[in-house]
Amino acid sequence: MPDPATLAAGTAGGPLLVLALAVPFCGVLAMLVLGGRRAERLAPLLLAACLALSLAIAGTVLGTRAAVVEVIGGWAPPLGLRLRADGLSAALLVTTALVCCAVAAFAWPDLRSPADGPERRAPAVFWLLLVGLWGSLNAAFLGQDLFNLYVALELLTFAAVPLVCLTGSRETIEAALRYLLFALLGSVLYLLGTALLYGAYGTLDIALLRMRVDPSAASLCAAALMTVGLLAKAALFPLHLWLPPAHAGAPAAASALLSALVVKAPIFLIVRLWFDAMPMLLGLPAAQLLGLLGAAAILFGSVLALRQRRLKLLVAYSTVAQIGYLFLVFPLLVGNVQAGSTDAWLGAALQLLSHAFAKAAMFLAAGLIAESLGHDEMARLGPAARAVPFTVLAFGLSGLSLMGLPPSGGFAAKWLLLLAAINGGQWWWALVLLAGGLLTGGYVFLVLSRAMAGGAGTARRLGPGRQAVVLALALASVAMGFVPLGSLGLLEIGRLPGGVP
Amino acid sequence: MTGALLDLLLAGAALGAAAWSVAAADDRRALLAFLGYGLLLALAWTRLGAVDVALTEAAIGALSAVLLLGAVARLPAGPAPGAPPPPGPVRRAVAGILCATVSLALMAAILLLPSPAPSLARPAAEGLPALGLGNPVTAVLIGYRALDTLLEKVVLLLALVGVWSLAPDAAWGGRPWAGRPWAGRPWHGAAPDGSLVLLARLLPPIGILLGIHLVWVGAEAPGGTFQGGTVLAAMLLLAAMAGLVELPRTGSRGLRWLLAAGPAVFFAVGLAGYALAGSFLAYPETVAKPLILLIEFALTPSLAVLLALLLAGPAEPPRGAR
Repeated sequence: MPDPATLAAGTAGGPLLVLALAVPFCGVLAMLVLGGRRAERLAPLLLAACLALSLAIAGTVLGTRAAVVEVIGGWAPPLGLRLRADGLSAALLVTTALVCCAVAAFAWPDLRSPADGPERRAPAVFWLLLVGLWGSLNAAFLGQDLFNLYVALELLTFAAVPLVCLTGSRETIEAALRYLLFALLGSVLYLLGTALLYGAYGTLDIALLRMRVDPSAASLCAAALMTVGLLAKAALFPLHLWLPPAHAGAPAAASALLSALVVKAPIFLIVRLWFDAMPMLLGLPAAQLLGLLGAAAILFGSVLALRQRRLKLLVAYSTVAQIGYLFLVFPLLVGNVQAGSTDAWLGAALQLLSHAFAKAAMFLAAGLIAESLGHDEMARLGPAARAVPFTVLAFGLSGLSLMGLPPSGGFAAKWLLLLAAINGGQWWWALVLLAGGLLTGGYVFLVLSRAMAGGAGTARRLGPGRQAVVLALALASVAMGFVPLGSLGLLEIGRLPGGVP
Repeated sequence: MTGALLDLLLAGAALGAAAWSVAAADDRRALLAFLGYGLLLALAWTRLGAVDVALTEAAIGALSAVLLLGAVARLPAGPAPGAPPPPGPVRRAVAGILCATVSLALMAAILLLPSPAPSLARPAAEGLPALGLGNPVTAVLIGYRALDTLLEKVVLLLALVGVWSLAPDAAWGGRPWAGRPWAGRPWHGAAPDGSLVLLARLLPPIGILLGIHLVWVGAEAPGGTFQGGTVLAAMLLLAAMAGLVELPRTGSRGLRWLLAAGPAVFFAVGLAGYALAGSFLAYPETVAKPLILLIEFALTPSLAVLLALLLAGPAEPPRGAR
């Protein structure tokens, strides 16, 4: 149990957490001032620095086998703020860093202002928001105060929404507006809950709330409001309506960021809220309800993915489905506490990480296929495999991970979830997992068979550079299956003691 | 007794304005009711003794009034072509029931809150001497929770980039409002409305003084960067609307410097905290107040220009180029 003295104490490596925010955001300021080609040249330097910081934080967490903590301004909670990186945050920081760097490498050849001309709109906005988005994700993964996390959510919204309408077409602006409305509704609900919690307990610090929260009207109301708000941002069924047009309409590099990373932040906050801030409220009914919505998302999203006529929409509906898997952690963890099993926790975390790589790869692959063919209609994908073979291979590999076939990261994730379901005697979730895997296999094979069918139509061959990036991401999602996350114990480090009842 | 009566009247009027803005037949009336609701809320905050909140509410209300009136003026009178039909009675009923349930649950939760509420007012007041401040709200914003304030400034910047990103490719880097009839001829007062020009000549000297005053007193009394910055932004917008000044080119290096300078100073002072007081955003007691004033005065121009440009919208192609 944290007493005031421990809340006021930072740990070694704490300033790294501050830098993980200061470097990207100061970078945004510098890019704004520099403008044009010079700002774009600064971006890779910033990305390299942020990657190094994320690795250093993860290294410190693994090395000391404890969470890294920094108290801001010397003001301990409840008055002040802390930043804290536990094992899960560290894993997410590194994943974010790797995906952002890969997306940047993908976008670098094309999305640039002319060498001698003035700043152009799309590249200027993209690079500035890429760096801003990264900082915002870091803020969401490191915050320990519910209002500070609200600010992180706002950062994320305003960095992500303009990426949706980067092309400036009417449909994408409409999709961006719908996304903005859902995101703002989510923010308002989250903020309402935060205010209620402060009124009831006089603190917003997660560790302090964990000690003080009791099942009162205020805490239950707050938990419900905040969860629904975050679900709207995470696009969990039935609040997913905004996601497919937004993610499918954005340029490939932006879609990859949005689908792989941005929707993960609100899910991470739901986990923080229920498992860290108020575990005593997480009873079986609430957990089963979240699991039920997750199951509905898996089935509904996969079936709709099968029925799409455009490749990018198929990939976007696949995100709706894959998000569902993450919510199975709630019933599986709560139902499994007697066994003391960490299978569900590890499985969900692995799903979070491997889906990030797989979906980034898939969206970038879909983008390359569309660029090569000049369209992304499912019925006319025929010439793709000959024109961009490595891209189609990458699509297949990331599909492997989404389906949950060995030896991918997705396999390990879904296997652990399956084990947790069977060991916990909740066999119905196992059925959902298996059905979801089959449906996923269906839409992945649909794309592959269409892409390898050959046939008439012209396709432009694309250079190896961007295809290599996509392949690397897909391989990373497969390789997650070989990372011994369980025995490393990274994801268990710094979890608050006590757990769910 | 009169106090209670006034409160009752205020609460009833606020509820009435809210209901009117939902039920109003057309956008313009709904908007006017909504703006009235904002003003009534500001009064309610004053009655509750939260003058800082009241000032902020009024400031946000004024800014959103400009934004919303502009938006309503652009909307066609009837339903837009291609717009989905309005929701049917079933969907309306479901939405109404859901909203009512949430409201009732919120009311119940608020009525059941512990009384007296747990509060951080005392520790917040105890920390004031260390920061050299007299206004606990400023202490929260620039002291205890300075990280939130700093990140909020980044939120605003990202939002501005988002607004700018809606510009047509050809207009990128140009001026907002460049398509207006009187654009390109500053100081000619060629705006359609003569009284607006007169207002824009008379108000700014007072407004600028008031804005700076609000920032200055923020250390001791209600006021501060946001409130002061809002007043300054309003003055800039007023002068630009009247055609007396042109809004800056969004691509201009000087403007970009101005926007970035405030948050950059905040970050710099924050990082200097490691050397001066041992942690990020910590101020050594001896120079805490000067440092805080430095941050506030650096933030104010950035914030004022940022808010004005957020409302002005993306760059437009110049008038002849359409």
